[in-house]
Amino acid sequence: MPSTPADDNVWRGNALPLLNEIRHALERLLATGETTVIDLGALPMGAQDEAELLDALGTGEVDATVDAGGPSSVRETAFHGVWRVTHRNEAGETQARFIEIAFVPELLMSQREDVTDSSNALSKRLGVEQNIRK
Amino acid sequence: MAIDGPTIAEVLRQQGISRRGFLKFCATTASLMALPPSMVPAIAAALENARRPSVIWLSFQECTGCTESLTRSHSPSIEALILEQISLDYHHTLQAASGTAAEAARKAAMQENAGKYLLVVDGSIPLGNAGFSTIAGISNLDMLKETAAGAAAVIAVGTCAAYGGIPAAQPNPTGAVPVSAIIKDKPVLNVPGCPPIPVVITGVLAHFLTFGSLPELDALGRPKTFYGETIHDRCYRRPFYDQGKFAETFDDEGARKGWCLFKLGCKGPVTYNACATTKWNQGVSFPIQSGHGCIGCSEPGFWDAGPFYKALSMPIGPAKAAVGAAVVAGLAAGSAVALRNRSAKKSAQAAHQKVTVADLEKSK
Repeated sequence: MPSTPADDNVWRGNALPLLNEIRHALERLLATGETTVIDLGALPMGAQDEAELLDALGTGEVDATVDAGGPSSVRETAFHGVWRVTHRNEAGETQARFIEIAFVPELLMSQREDVTDSSNALSKRLGVEQNIRK
Repeated sequence: MAIDGPTIAEVLRQQGISRRGFLKFCATTASLMALPPSMVPAIAAALENARRPSVIWLSFQECTGCTESLTRSHSPSIEALILEQISLDYHHTLQAASGTAAEAARKAAMQENAGKYLLVVDGSIPLGNAGFSTIAGISNLDMLKETAAGAAAVIAVGTCAAYGGIPAAQPNPTGAVPVSAIIKDKPVLNVPGCPPIPVVITGVLAHFLTFGSLPELDALGRPKTFYGETIHDRCYRRPFYDQGKFAETFDDEGARKGWCLFKLGCKGPVTYNACATTKWNQGVSFPIQSGHGCIGCSEPGFWDAGPFYKALSMPIGPAKAAVGAAVVAGLAAGSAVALRNRSAKKSAQAAHQKVTVADLEKSK
Protein backbone atom coordinates (compact mmCIF):
# COMPACT_ATOMS: atom_id res chain seq x y z
CA MET A 1 0.00 0.00 0.00
CA PRO A 2 1.51 3.38 -0.92
CA SER A 3 2.58 5.47 2.03
CA THR A 4 1.00 8.88 2.56
CA PRO A 5 3.23 11.94 2.26
CA ALA A 6 2.55 12.81 5.88
CA ASP A 7 4.27 9.73 7.27
CA ASP A 8 7.39 9.79 5.12
CA ASN A 9 10.77 9.91 6.76
CA VAL A 10 12.37 12.81 4.95
CA TRP A 11 14.48 15.57 6.49
CA ARG A 12 13.01 18.91 5.41
CA GLY A 13 14.93 21.06 7.82
CA ASN A 14 11.95 23.02 9.15
CA ALA A 15 12.72 22.12 12.78
CA LEU A 16 16.30 23.38 12.79
CA PRO A 17 15.55 27.15 12.60
CA LEU A 18 13.05 26.73 15.44
CA LEU A 19 15.63 25.01 17.63
CA ASN A 20 17.94 27.96 17.03
CA GLU A 21 15.15 30.37 17.93
CA ILE A 22 14.68 28.46 21.18
CA ARG A 23 18.43 28.67 21.83
CA HIS A 24 18.33 32.45 21.42
CA ALA A 25 15.29 32.66 23.70
CA LEU A 26 17.08 30.70 26.43
CA GLU A 27 20.02 33.09 26.23
CA ARG A 28 17.60 36.02 26.51
CA LEU A 29 15.86 34.43 29.51
CA LEU A 30 19.17 34.08 31.30
CA ALA A 31 20.36 37.57 30.43
CA THR A 32 17.21 39.59 31.07
CA GLY A 33 14.57 37.26 32.52
CA GLU A 34 12.36 37.89 29.47
CA THR A 35 10.12 34.96 28.58
CA THR A 36 9.34 33.93 25.00
CA VAL A 37 6.28 32.15 23.68
CA ILE A 38 6.35 30.50 20.25
CA ASP A 39 3.05 29.56 18.62
CA LEU A 40 3.58 26.25 16.84
CA GLY A 41 0.34 26.78 14.94
CA ALA A 42 1.88 29.75 13.13
CA LEU A 43 4.82 27.85 11.67
CA PRO A 44 5.12 25.71 8.55
CA MET A 45 5.54 22.24 9.95
CA GLY A 46 4.83 18.85 8.46
CA ALA A 47 4.21 15.81 10.62
CA GLN A 48 7.84 14.76 10.28
CA ASP A 49 9.13 18.25 11.11
CA GLU A 50 7.14 18.30 14.32
CA ALA A 51 8.27 14.81 15.22
CA GLU A 52 11.87 15.92 14.71
CA LEU A 53 11.35 18.98 16.89
CA LEU A 54 9.73 17.04 19.72
CA ASP A 55 12.36 14.34 19.47
CA ALA A 56 15.12 16.94 19.70
CA LEU A 57 13.50 18.62 22.71
CA GLY A 58 12.84 15.37 24.57
CA THR A 59 11.03 15.22 27.91
CA GLY A 60 12.10 16.64 31.23
CA GLU A 61 11.21 16.45 34.89
CA VAL A 62 7.88 18.28 35.11
CA ASP A 63 4.60 17.08 33.66
CA ALA A 64 1.54 19.08 34.77
CA THR A 65 -2.09 19.23 33.74
CA VAL A 66 -4.16 22.37 34.26
CA ASP A 67 -7.91 21.91 34.26
CA ALA A 68 -9.26 25.32 33.26
CA GLY A 69 -11.79 25.51 30.44
CA GLY A 70 -10.56 22.08 29.33
CA PRO A 71 -7.31 20.29 30.05
CA SER A 72 -4.00 21.97 29.26
CA SER A 73 -0.75 20.06 29.47
CA VAL A 74 2.47 21.76 30.55
CA ARG A 75 5.49 19.59 29.89
CA GLU A 76 9.06 20.58 30.55
CA THR A 77 11.41 19.37 27.85
CA ALA A 78 14.83 17.86 28.42
CA PHE A 79 16.09 21.46 28.25
CA HIS A 80 15.30 23.20 31.53
CA GLY A 81 13.31 26.35 30.89
CA VAL A 82 11.84 25.07 27.62
CA TRP A 83 8.22 24.01 28.05
CA ARG A 84 5.63 22.52 25.72
CA VAL A 85 2.19 23.97 26.48
CA THR A 86 -0.84 22.42 24.78
CA HIS A 87 -4.30 23.85 25.32
CA ARG A 88 -7.36 21.65 24.77
CA ASN A 89 -11.04 22.47 25.02
CA GLU A 90 -13.53 20.59 27.16
CA ALA A 91 -14.04 18.07 24.36
CA GLY A 92 -10.31 17.31 24.47
CA GLU A 93 -9.68 18.92 21.07
CA THR A 94 -6.37 20.71 20.67
CA GLN A 95 -6.85 24.49 20.51
CA ALA A 96 -3.32 25.83 20.53
CA ARG A 97 0.25 24.59 20.97
CA PHE A 98 3.07 26.71 22.28
CA ILE A 99 6.72 26.39 23.16
CA GLU A 100 7.29 28.61 26.19
CA ILE A 101 10.77 29.58 27.28
CA ALA A 102 10.41 30.61 30.92
CA PHE A 103 11.51 29.70 34.43
CA VAL A 104 7.86 28.90 35.21
CA PRO A 105 5.11 28.98 32.53
CA GLU A 106 2.51 31.61 33.36
CA LEU A 107 -0.28 29.04 33.23
CA LEU A 108 1.16 27.25 36.25
CA MET A 109 1.24 30.36 38.42
CA SER A 110 -1.81 31.22 40.50
CA GLN A 111 -3.33 34.48 39.32
CA ARG A 112 -3.83 37.45 41.66
CA GLU A 113 -7.58 37.66 40.91
CA ASP A 114 -8.08 33.99 41.75
CA VAL A 115 -6.01 34.27 44.92
CA THR A 116 -8.12 37.24 46.01
CA ASP A 117 -11.31 35.26 45.39
CA SER A 118 -9.90 32.33 47.35
CA SER A 119 -8.92 34.52 50.29
CA ASN A 120 -12.37 36.04 50.43
CA ALA A 121 -14.07 32.64 50.11
CA LEU A 122 -12.00 31.14 52.91
CA SER A 123 -12.63 34.12 55.15
CA LYS A 124 -16.34 33.83 54.52
CA ARG A 125 -16.32 30.13 55.29
CA LEU A 126 -14.52 30.73 58.59
CA GLY A 127 -16.79 33.63 59.45
CA VAL A 128 -13.95 36.13 59.81
CA GLU A 129 -13.61 39.60 58.35
CA GLN A 130 -12.05 39.81 54.93
CA ASN A 131 -8.78 41.68 55.03
CA ILE A 132 -7.99 41.57 51.34
CA ARG A 133 -10.17 43.11 48.73
CA LYS A 134 -9.86 43.24 44.97
CA MET B 1 -21.00 47.39 18.27
CA ALA B 2 -21.57 46.63 21.92
CA ILE B 3 -24.94 45.52 23.15
CA ASP B 4 -26.09 45.69 26.72
CA GLY B 5 -25.21 42.81 28.99
CA PRO B 6 -22.22 41.32 30.70
CA THR B 7 -18.72 41.58 29.25
CA ILE B 8 -16.96 38.51 27.84
CA ALA B 9 -14.83 38.29 31.00
CA GLU B 10 -17.95 38.49 33.18
CA VAL B 11 -19.71 35.76 31.17
CA LEU B 12 -16.73 33.45 31.61
CA ARG B 13 -16.49 34.28 35.31
CA GLN B 14 -20.20 33.60 35.80
CA GLN B 15 -19.54 30.17 34.33
CA GLY B 16 -16.90 29.49 36.97
CA ILE B 17 -13.93 30.05 34.69
CA SER B 18 -10.93 31.20 36.75
CA ARG B 19 -8.56 34.00 35.82
CA ARG B 20 -6.12 31.30 34.78
CA GLY B 21 -8.80 29.89 32.49
CA PHE B 22 -9.42 33.39 31.16
CA LEU B 23 -5.74 33.81 30.33
CA LYS B 24 -5.80 30.45 28.58
CA PHE B 25 -8.82 31.70 26.64
CA CYS B 26 -6.84 34.82 25.68
CA ALA B 27 -3.81 32.74 24.63
CA THR B 28 -5.91 30.50 22.40
CA THR B 29 -7.73 33.56 21.04
CA ALA B 30 -4.38 35.15 20.11
CA SER B 31 -3.35 31.97 18.33
CA LEU B 32 -6.76 31.82 16.65
CA MET B 33 -6.40 35.38 15.38
CA ALA B 34 -2.88 34.62 14.15
CA LEU B 35 -1.54 37.27 16.49
CA PRO B 36 1.79 36.84 18.29
CA PRO B 37 1.65 35.48 21.87
CA SER B 38 3.03 38.81 23.06
CA MET B 39 -0.43 40.26 22.30
CA VAL B 40 -2.11 38.17 25.04
CA PRO B 41 -2.06 40.97 27.68
CA ALA B 42 -3.66 43.39 25.17
CA ILE B 43 -6.32 40.81 24.30
CA ALA B 44 -7.02 40.19 28.00
CA ALA B 45 -7.40 43.93 28.59
CA ALA B 46 -9.75 44.29 25.59
CA LEU B 47 -11.90 41.30 26.55
CA GLU B 48 -12.32 42.66 30.06
CA ASN B 49 -14.62 45.28 28.58
CA ALA B 50 -15.88 43.67 25.36
CA ARG B 51 -19.57 42.80 25.14
CA ARG B 52 -21.17 40.15 22.98
CA PRO B 53 -22.03 41.68 19.60
CA SER B 54 -25.28 40.84 17.85
CA VAL B 55 -24.62 38.89 14.65
CA ILE B 56 -27.03 38.41 11.75
CA TRP B 57 -25.96 35.76 9.26
CA LEU B 58 -27.51 35.74 5.77
CA SER B 59 -27.06 32.89 3.30
CA PHE B 60 -27.64 33.57 -0.38
CA GLN B 61 -26.43 31.60 -3.45
CA GLU B 62 -24.27 29.11 -1.56
CA CYS B 63 -23.91 25.42 -0.86
CA THR B 64 -23.94 25.69 2.98
CA GLY B 65 -20.28 24.60 2.94
CA CYS B 66 -19.30 27.79 4.77
CA THR B 67 -21.79 27.10 7.55
CA GLU B 68 -20.67 23.47 7.63
CA SER B 69 -17.13 24.77 8.04
CA LEU B 70 -18.17 27.18 10.82
CA THR B 71 -19.83 24.40 12.78
CA ARG B 72 -16.56 22.48 12.72
CA SER B 73 -14.64 25.23 14.43
CA HIS B 74 -13.03 23.84 17.57
CA SER B 75 -11.40 27.02 18.82
CA PRO B 76 -13.82 28.29 19.87
CA SER B 77 -16.44 25.63 19.25
CA ILE B 78 -19.65 26.81 17.63
CA GLU B 79 -21.44 26.25 20.95
CA ALA B 80 -18.92 28.37 22.85
CA LEU B 81 -19.00 31.02 20.14
CA ILE B 82 -22.79 31.35 20.25
CA LEU B 83 -23.22 31.00 24.00
CA GLU B 84 -20.27 33.05 25.21
CA GLN B 85 -18.90 35.36 22.57
CA ILE B 86 -21.55 36.49 20.14
CA SER B 87 -25.30 36.74 20.07
CA LEU B 88 -26.20 34.94 16.85
CA ASP B 89 -29.65 36.36 16.32
CA TYR B 90 -30.39 35.11 12.80
CA HIS B 91 -28.97 32.22 10.81
CA HIS B 92 -31.64 30.37 8.90
CA THR B 93 -29.73 27.08 8.80
CA LEU B 94 -28.81 26.96 12.49
CA GLN B 95 -31.77 28.67 14.16
CA ALA B 96 -34.78 26.74 15.43
CA ALA B 97 -37.29 29.34 14.29
CA SER B 98 -38.49 29.44 10.70
CA GLY B 99 -40.79 31.44 8.46
CA THR B 100 -42.43 34.51 9.99
CA ALA B 101 -40.85 33.92 13.42
CA ALA B 102 -37.34 33.80 11.92
CA GLU B 103 -37.84 36.99 9.94
CA ALA B 104 -39.26 38.65 13.07
CA ALA B 105 -36.04 37.71 14.91
CA ARG B 106 -33.98 39.36 12.19
CA LYS B 107 -36.06 42.52 12.27
CA ALA B 108 -35.90 42.63 16.08
CA ALA B 109 -32.12 42.24 16.12
CA MET B 110 -31.75 44.97 13.50
CA GLN B 111 -33.96 47.33 15.48
CA GLU B 112 -32.49 46.66 18.92
CA ASN B 113 -28.87 46.88 17.76
CA ALA B 114 -29.18 49.45 14.99
CA GLY B 115 -25.77 50.60 13.83
CA LYS B 116 -23.98 48.10 16.08
CA TYR B 117 -24.62 44.60 14.79
CA LEU B 118 -22.33 42.58 12.62
CA LEU B 119 -23.71 41.25 9.34
CA VAL B 120 -22.18 38.03 8.02
CA VAL B 121 -23.03 36.93 4.49
CA ASP B 122 -22.23 33.71 2.70
CA GLY B 123 -23.15 33.13 -0.93
CA SER B 124 -23.27 35.43 -3.92
CA ILE B 125 -26.14 37.70 -4.89
CA PRO B 126 -27.96 37.15 -8.22
CA LEU B 127 -28.68 40.32 -10.17
CA GLY B 128 -30.08 38.59 -13.24
CA ASN B 129 -33.51 37.72 -11.89
CA ALA B 130 -34.70 38.31 -8.34
CA GLY B 131 -36.47 34.96 -8.40
CA PHE B 132 -33.23 33.00 -8.74
CA SER B 133 -32.76 33.09 -4.97
CA THR B 134 -35.21 34.31 -2.34
CA ILE B 135 -35.73 33.91 1.40
CA ALA B 136 -39.24 34.27 2.81
CA GLY B 137 -40.23 35.79 -0.52
CA ILE B 138 -37.57 38.49 -0.25
CA SER B 139 -34.92 38.67 -2.95
CA ASN B 140 -31.29 38.28 -1.87
CA LEU B 141 -30.53 41.78 -3.13
CA ASP B 142 -33.32 43.40 -1.12
CA MET B 143 -32.51 41.45 2.04
CA LEU B 144 -28.82 42.35 1.80
CA LYS B 145 -29.49 46.05 1.28
CA GLU B 146 -32.08 46.18 4.06
CA THR B 147 -29.94 44.32 6.60
CA ALA B 148 -26.65 46.01 5.72
CA ALA B 149 -28.18 49.46 6.21
CA GLY B 150 -27.99 49.25 10.01
CA ALA B 151 -24.87 47.09 10.32
CA ALA B 152 -21.58 48.24 11.82
CA ALA B 153 -19.70 46.15 9.25
CA VAL B 154 -20.26 43.34 6.80
CA ILE B 155 -18.20 40.15 6.70
CA ALA B 156 -18.39 38.26 3.40
CA VAL B 157 -17.65 34.64 4.30
CA GLY B 158 -16.58 32.28 1.55
CA THR B 159 -15.38 32.92 -1.98
CA CYS B 160 -18.96 33.27 -3.31
CA ALA B 161 -19.76 36.21 -1.01
CA ALA B 162 -16.26 37.66 -1.33
CA TYR B 163 -15.70 37.40 -5.08
CA GLY B 164 -18.74 35.71 -6.66
CA GLY B 165 -17.22 32.23 -6.44
CA ILE B 166 -18.65 29.29 -8.33
CA PRO B 167 -22.06 30.91 -9.04
CA ALA B 168 -20.19 33.71 -10.82
CA ALA B 169 -18.01 31.30 -12.81
CA GLN B 170 -18.45 31.42 -16.57
CA PRO B 171 -21.09 31.71 -17.93
CA ASN B 172 -22.51 33.12 -14.66
CA PRO B 173 -26.15 32.25 -15.45
CA THR B 174 -27.65 34.16 -12.51
CA GLY B 175 -25.58 37.32 -12.87
CA ALA B 176 -23.97 36.57 -9.50
CA VAL B 177 -21.96 39.32 -7.81
CA PRO B 178 -20.10 39.54 -4.48
CA VAL B 179 -21.25 41.58 -1.48
CA SER B 180 -18.69 44.31 -2.19
CA ALA B 181 -20.32 44.98 -5.57
CA ILE B 182 -23.50 46.07 -3.80
CA ILE B 183 -22.54 47.42 -0.38
CA LYS B 184 -20.43 50.54 -0.86
CA ASP B 185 -21.14 52.55 2.28
CA LYS B 186 -20.03 50.04 4.96
CA PRO B 187 -16.75 48.35 5.71
CA VAL B 188 -16.80 44.99 3.91
CA LEU B 189 -14.31 42.36 5.02
CA ASN B 190 -13.71 39.32 2.83
CA VAL B 191 -13.01 35.89 4.33
CA PRO B 192 -12.64 33.84 1.14
CA GLY B 193 -12.13 30.11 0.79
CA CYS B 194 -14.25 27.32 -0.55
CA PRO B 195 -14.98 26.98 2.27
CA PRO B 196 -12.87 29.21 4.54
CA ILE B 197 -10.94 27.51 7.33
CA PRO B 198 -13.32 27.18 10.33
CA VAL B 199 -11.05 28.97 12.78
CA VAL B 200 -10.38 31.75 10.28
CA ILE B 201 -14.14 32.50 10.29
CA THR B 202 -14.28 32.47 14.09
CA GLY B 203 -10.91 34.26 14.28
CA VAL B 204 -12.24 37.22 12.33
CA LEU B 205 -15.34 37.33 14.56
CA ALA B 206 -13.06 37.08 17.62
CA HIS B 207 -10.98 40.00 16.36
CA PHE B 208 -14.07 42.13 15.94
CA LEU B 209 -15.42 41.37 19.39
CA THR B 210 -12.00 41.73 21.01
CA PHE B 211 -10.93 45.01 19.51
CA GLY B 212 -14.27 46.35 18.30
CA SER B 213 -12.85 46.95 14.87
CA LEU B 214 -12.02 45.04 11.74
CA PRO B 215 -8.44 43.79 11.25
CA GLU B 216 -6.07 45.30 8.70
CA LEU B 217 -7.03 44.26 5.17
CA ASP B 218 -5.11 43.58 1.98
CA ALA B 219 -5.98 44.98 -1.45
CA LEU B 220 -8.66 42.31 -1.91
CA GLY B 221 -10.35 43.10 1.39
CA ARG B 222 -8.91 40.08 3.25
CA PRO B 223 -7.49 40.27 6.80
CA LYS B 224 -3.71 40.27 6.53
CA THR B 225 -3.31 38.15 9.64
CA PHE B 226 -4.73 35.15 7.79
CA TYR B 227 -4.18 36.07 4.16
CA GLY B 228 -0.91 37.98 4.39
CA GLU B 229 1.29 35.27 2.92
CA THR B 230 0.97 32.69 0.19
CA ILE B 231 0.41 29.01 0.86
CA HIS B 232 3.74 28.47 -0.89
CA ASP B 233 5.64 30.79 1.47
CA ARG B 234 4.37 28.93 4.53
CA CYS B 235 4.35 25.42 3.05
CA TYR B 236 6.36 22.80 4.90
CA ARG B 237 7.29 21.35 1.47
CA ARG B 238 8.84 24.64 0.38
CA PRO B 239 12.42 23.38 0.96
CA PHE B 240 11.81 20.80 -1.78
CA TYR B 241 10.72 23.49 -4.21
CA ASP B 242 13.94 25.35 -3.47
CA GLN B 243 15.92 22.15 -4.01
CA GLY B 244 14.11 21.42 -7.29
CA LYS B 245 12.55 18.20 -6.02
CA PHE B 246 9.06 17.71 -7.47
CA ALA B 247 6.45 14.96 -7.62
CA GLU B 248 5.77 14.30 -11.31
CA THR B 249 2.71 12.10 -10.75
CA PHE B 250 0.51 11.44 -7.74
CA ASP B 251 2.09 8.06 -7.07
CA ASP B 252 5.75 8.33 -8.05
CA GLU B 253 8.74 8.33 -5.75
CA GLY B 254 8.57 12.10 -5.32
CA ALA B 255 4.93 11.95 -4.24
CA ARG B 256 5.72 9.20 -1.75
CA LYS B 257 8.58 11.24 -0.32
CA GLY B 258 6.38 14.30 0.07
CA TRP B 259 8.17 16.45 -2.49
CA CYS B 260 6.78 19.69 -3.90
CA LEU B 261 3.49 19.44 -5.86
CA PHE B 262 4.13 22.48 -8.07
CA LYS B 263 4.36 20.43 -11.27
CA LEU B 264 1.06 18.73 -10.44
CA GLY B 265 -0.73 22.06 -10.58
CA CYS B 266 -0.39 23.34 -7.01
CA LYS B 267 -1.60 26.96 -6.90
CA GLY B 268 0.14 27.60 -3.57
CA PRO B 269 2.55 30.19 -5.03
CA VAL B 270 -0.32 32.50 -6.05
CA THR B 271 -2.80 31.77 -3.27
CA TYR B 272 -3.04 33.78 -0.09
CA ASN B 273 -4.53 31.79 2.79
CA ALA B 274 -3.66 30.27 6.17
CA CYS B 275 -4.12 26.58 5.29
CA ALA B 276 -0.38 25.78 5.54
CA THR B 277 -0.15 26.82 9.18
CA THR B 278 -3.66 26.89 10.64
CA LYS B 279 -4.56 23.69 8.76
CA TRP B 280 -7.90 21.86 8.93
CA ASN B 281 -9.65 19.37 11.21
CA GLN B 282 -8.18 20.75 14.41
CA GLY B 283 -4.81 21.35 12.83
CA VAL B 284 -4.43 17.77 11.58
CA SER B 285 -3.61 18.45 7.93
CA PHE B 286 -4.28 20.51 4.83
CA PRO B 287 -4.57 19.55 1.14
CA ILE B 288 -0.84 19.65 0.37
CA GLN B 289 -0.01 17.60 3.46
CA SER B 290 -2.59 15.09 2.25
CA GLY B 291 -0.84 14.87 -1.12
CA HIS B 292 -2.94 17.18 -3.30
CA GLY B 293 -1.94 20.58 -4.59
CA CYS B 294 -3.69 23.77 -3.54
CA ILE B 295 -6.50 24.73 -5.97
CA GLY B 296 -6.37 28.41 -5.02
CA CYS B 297 -9.95 28.54 -3.72
CA SER B 298 -9.47 31.78 -1.78
CA GLU B 299 -8.52 33.77 -4.88
CA PRO B 300 -10.96 35.70 -7.09
CA GLY B 301 -12.07 33.74 -10.15
CA PHE B 302 -10.32 30.54 -9.04
CA TRP B 303 -12.84 28.36 -10.86
CA ASP B 304 -11.98 29.93 -14.22
CA ALA B 305 -8.24 30.30 -13.59
CA GLY B 306 -7.13 27.27 -15.57
CA PRO B 307 -6.87 23.54 -14.91
CA PHE B 308 -6.25 22.43 -11.34
CA TYR B 309 -3.65 19.89 -12.47
CA LYS B 310 -1.58 22.06 -14.77
CA ALA B 311 1.58 23.68 -13.42
CA LEU B 312 1.41 27.44 -12.99
CA SER B 313 4.35 27.77 -15.35
CA MET B 314 2.34 26.21 -18.19
CA PRO B 315 0.20 28.43 -20.43
CA ILE B 316 -3.50 28.24 -19.57
CA GLY B 317 -4.81 29.74 -22.80
CA PRO B 318 -6.62 27.77 -25.49
CA ALA B 319 -4.61 25.07 -27.27
CA LYS B 320 -4.77 26.85 -30.61
CA ALA B 321 -2.89 29.82 -29.20
CA ALA B 322 -0.03 27.58 -28.07
CA VAL B 323 0.10 25.89 -31.45
CA GLY B 324 0.13 29.26 -33.16
CA ALA B 325 3.04 30.36 -31.03
CA ALA B 326 4.96 27.23 -31.95
CA VAL B 327 4.45 27.91 -35.63
CA VAL B 328 5.68 31.47 -35.25
CA ALA B 329 8.74 30.32 -33.36
CA GLY B 330 9.48 27.75 -36.00
CA LEU B 331 9.01 24.06 -36.36
CA ALA B 332 12.13 23.30 -34.35
CA ALA B 333 10.66 24.92 -31.25
CA GLY B 334 7.40 23.01 -31.70
CA SER B 335 9.29 19.77 -32.07
CA ALA B 336 11.27 20.50 -28.93
CA VAL B 337 8.07 21.04 -26.92
CA ALA B 338 6.59 17.83 -28.27
CA LEU B 339 9.80 15.95 -27.49
CA ARG B 340 9.91 17.31 -23.94
CA ASN B 341 6.27 16.40 -23.39
CA ARG B 342 6.85 12.89 -24.66
CA SER B 343 9.88 12.60 -22.41
CA ALA B 344 7.94 13.82 -19.38
CA LYS B 345 5.13 11.38 -20.15
CA LYS B 346 7.59 8.51 -20.54
CA SER B 347 9.30 9.37 -17.23
CA ALA B 348 5.97 9.59 -15.49
CA GLN B 349 4.94 6.23 -16.90
CA ALA B 350 8.21 4.69 -15.76
CA ALA B 351 7.78 6.09 -12.24
CA HIS B 352 4.12 5.10 -12.09
CA GLN B 353 3.47 2.44 -9.50
CA LYS B 354 0.49 0.40 -10.52
CA VAL B 355 -1.82 -0.88 -7.83
CA THR B 356 -4.03 -3.83 -8.63
CA VAL B 357 -7.18 -5.02 -6.90
CA ALA B 358 -5.13 -7.91 -5.53
CA ASP B 359 -2.67 -5.41 -3.94
CA LEU B 360 -5.51 -3.53 -2.30
CA GLU B 361 -6.96 -6.73 -0.90
CA LYS B 362 -3.54 -7.71 0.46
CA SER B 363 -3.20 -4.40 2.27
CA LYS B 364 -6.49 -4.79 4.15
